[in-house]
Amino acid sequence: MLDLFNIIVQSVFIENMVLAYFLGMCSFLALSKKVDTAAGLGFAVVFVLTLTCPLNFAIHKFLLQEGALSWTGVAALGELDLSFLNFICFIAVIASTVQLVEMILDRFFPPLYNALGIFLPLITVNCSILGGSLFMVEREYGFAQSAAFGFGSGVGFLLAIVGIAAIRKKLRYSHIPDGLKGLGMTFIVTGLMAIGFMCFAGISLTAK
Amino acid sequence: MAKSKEIVVDPLSDNNPITVQMLGICSALAVTAEVIAASVLSVAVIVVLTISNTVISVMRNIIPSRIRMIVEMAVIASLVIVVDQVLKAYMYDLSKQLSVFVGLIITNCIVMGRAEAFALQNPPLPSFLDGLGNALGYSFVLILVATFREVLGAGTFAGIEIPFWHPDMNNGLAILPPGAFIIIGVIIWVQRSITKKFETE
Repeated sequence: MLDLFNIIVQSVFIENMVLAYFLGMCSFLALSKKVDTAAGLGFAVVFVLTLTCPLNFAIHKFLLQEGALSWTGVAALGELDLSFLNFICFIAVIASTVQLVEMILDRFFPPLYNALGIFLPLITVNCSILGGSLFMVEREYGFAQSAAFGFGSGVGFLLAIVGIAAIRKKLRYSHIPDGLKGLGMTFIVTGLMAIGFMCFAGISLTAK
Repeated sequence: MAKSKEIVVDPLSDNNPITVQMLGICSALAVTAEVIAASVLSVAVIVVLTISNTVISVMRNIIPSRIRMIVEMAVIASLVIVVDQVLKAYMYDLSKQLSVFVGLIITNCIVMGRAEAFALQNPPLPSFLDGLGNALGYSFVLILVATFREVLGAGTFAGIEIPFWHPDMNNGLAILPPGAFIIIGVIIWVQRSITKKFETE
């Protein structure tokens, strides 16, 4: 239990998906102009990540890993290593989950659905979702750990994008040189946020 | 002929995928701590982008519009798997260092973005050139950022020590994530001041 909590804390603060690993930058930069949209996107990402990480873990463990197919009892299948199919399978799972989220939002939260617009399907190609699954494979997490990692990464993304949206709102009243307006200033402020989050790096947690 | 040249040259500066179109930023920040890693990833993106643009453009009239994203993903994912396996075979240490970022070329917004915006509406040869131009624009920014980060942060360039550089002059912040953000912000500032194309909010 403590192990899971450690994983969550680690992925929210210390190894933040956006600020430490640079994943999810495109939607991070494009959608952080308003706090409401940013929060909506953040929650959608939390949902998708928490669903896809454990699902992808199951697929990797029971179908694709080296020797994974030995549960079928067929000897020849038991020696197969299909892990090169990771990318395609994970993307398929992610695309389906995003389609599901899209249908739920369209039915129950139409204003949010309209606000997110084209960026909702673009969660499929959000690096942080695929990145979460790939990190999970690389670090060999178990099922509960994958779920905790997915949830924590999503919350980290939510935290970062809402933070930058709030800051950008305030920045609108500042005098910024023409060349820096918009994208340039956002990058520099994100850099400062990343420095802030680096303060958490000194926390030592017992889990990996 | 002039139009072809325009397709290749535009993305180098005026329509640069990273600094203007805001695509492909994730890997631009992540692998640029060393020039060699950045170069290898750039080559991988050039290969994937040119071939995927061409293949999707060749198929553009027979893809049903409802499943076009899935088809694009399938094409791109297959190419990336091949590139990943080649890297693992011939450059194992480097592939370990690049870890997940080779796989993340699949979700690299440039590849998907150019497929949707250009390859689906244009014949194969212009699509190939467009892919090449955008990948070169991407590589240019990547290697530029990597140069700054490696020279300032470690005092080497592609592993070669710089003359008259003392280890005490290393700027640790350049190698860390925040340094990457700030360096790209400054590059965007310089580029926009030169091309005078500012963002109207």
